[in-house]
Amino acid sequence: MKLPDVLIPPPLKKPHKPGTDNGRNGADPLAPVKDAPADLVGWLDERTGGASFLTGMLYRKVPKGTNWFYTLGSATLFAFVVQATTGVFLAMYYDPSPTQAYASVTHLTNDVFLGEFVRGMHKWGASVMIILIYLHMARTFIFGAYKYPRELNWIIGVTLLILTMIMGFTGYLLPFDQRSFWATVVGVNINGTGPFIGPYLSDFLRAGAEFNAATLPRFYAIHMLLVPGLIIALIGAHLYLVVKLGTTAPPWLHPKRTKTTVREERV
Amino acid sequence: MADAADKTNGPTPEALPKSEPAGYFEGESMSRRRAFTVAGQAVGGLAGAIIVLPAVGFALAPIFKEPDEVWESVGPTSRFTADTYKPVVFTLVEGIGEAGKTTAFVRKGTSAGNDPYIAISTRCAHLGCPVNFVAAAKSFVCPCHGGVYDFEGKVIGGPPVRPLDRFQTRVRNGQVQIGPRYSVTSHLQPVRYRDPGEYTGGIWNYIYPPRPDTPPPP
Repeated sequence: MKLPDVLIPPPLKKPHKPGTDNGRNGADPLAPVKDAPADLVGWLDERTGGASFLTGMLYRKVPKGTNWFYTLGSATLFAFVVQATTGVFLAMYYDPSPTQAYASVTHLTNDVFLGEFVRGMHKWGASVMIILIYLHMARTFIFGAYKYPRELNWIIGVTLLILTMIMGFTGYLLPFDQRSFWATVVGVNINGTGPFIGPYLSDFLRAGAEFNAATLPRFYAIHMLLVPGLIIALIGAHLYLVVKLGTTAPPWLHPKRTKTTVREERV
Repeated sequence: MADAADKTNGPTPEALPKSEPAGYFEGESMSRRRAFTVAGQAVGGLAGAIIVLPAVGFALAPIFKEPDEVWESVGPTSRFTADTYKPVVFTLVEGIGEAGKTTAFVRKGTSAGNDPYIAISTRCAHLGCPVNFVAAAKSFVCPCHGGVYDFEGKVIGGPPVRPLDRFQTRVRNGQVQIGPRYSVTSHLQPVRYRDPGEYTGGIWNYIYPPRPDTPPPP
């Protein structure tokens, strides 16, 4: 598929050959400077083929009737990016030891410049992300966008929802105040009520039979290393399938019923 | 070659020895491509197992660690009576500050019971919130979801699934000492301790199996 030339933004256009100056014959002394961005993009594109990938993804065709509800997935992705970014910077001040955690959170909230803001972004962003996931999921469900051939993307999405819940559960302990401690005690014990493997699951979460010195670091490692890695990988797969399969038209837009389509419906 | 054979009226194809399947050399039961594929996958699988298995074992090891038996003195025997509970605070888990401390309610055992002293854990058998002993009502009340237990720790209301846990007790040098935790069935039979929310007794002892990182019951 070749896009019309007018649709390709200038930086992504193929640069002219080196040594020529696009027919200007040296009339413009600033030509090398003006060409620098295109040259840089061209250099990268020649070695990666990234421009065709980007144009294919960004200029892909979407169905008629695409509307604001289709932005909920991107909004969720944006919420995740906010969580990842603020989380990295919170980790610069946070100390995951049971005796120091609360003091380090108090310090980063009250003393560090903009600390309250960054922590607030992370705290409220967590709720925003969960809400956006559910709205995105509702949009997919109500529009029937989970149907063939997109079932696998629904499954990946549900896995992402569960992983985000795990993020919420493990992150809740980290401030290590009374509320987060007792919420974690209750949450781990709810895990333990599952028959047969429940007791071992709660032991795994606590790193022992009681809440102990290894519990908080374990939650921290799950919260900032294990689950984010899985989420990033699955978001990649999720987006790949969206680009590969395309999006669905809203259910209120029906294709025109011709003799052929009616016959196809009957088959 | 084929042309030459035809022209010289050589042996017909049927008379030639049967050739091996494509990719097989004489006397070999597996093509070399297949052999290298299998060998490559085996080496890759081995390398993956070398990375994953120690990491998984590392993360799961605490489940199988046997606990040390720790006894802690909580006061002289004269402090405790049979008609009411006295709260005692002691360290359950070392090294995590206040979070490692817990409260137990201790009373002198009645003559009918075997234990000289009864230590009731404050960990609610519903989901683990700390219960409080209300002396006026002679019962334990949980603030989280409204669990209520009688003087013996048996459930008389709310969502808890079994009586309150207990701690083993003993007397050393005139001091009451508190030891490992154990759970009880609804008839107050000791069992290896379970997490809150898990039923005890009968078939429940198999549905919620005992864990190797808990001390044996008395």
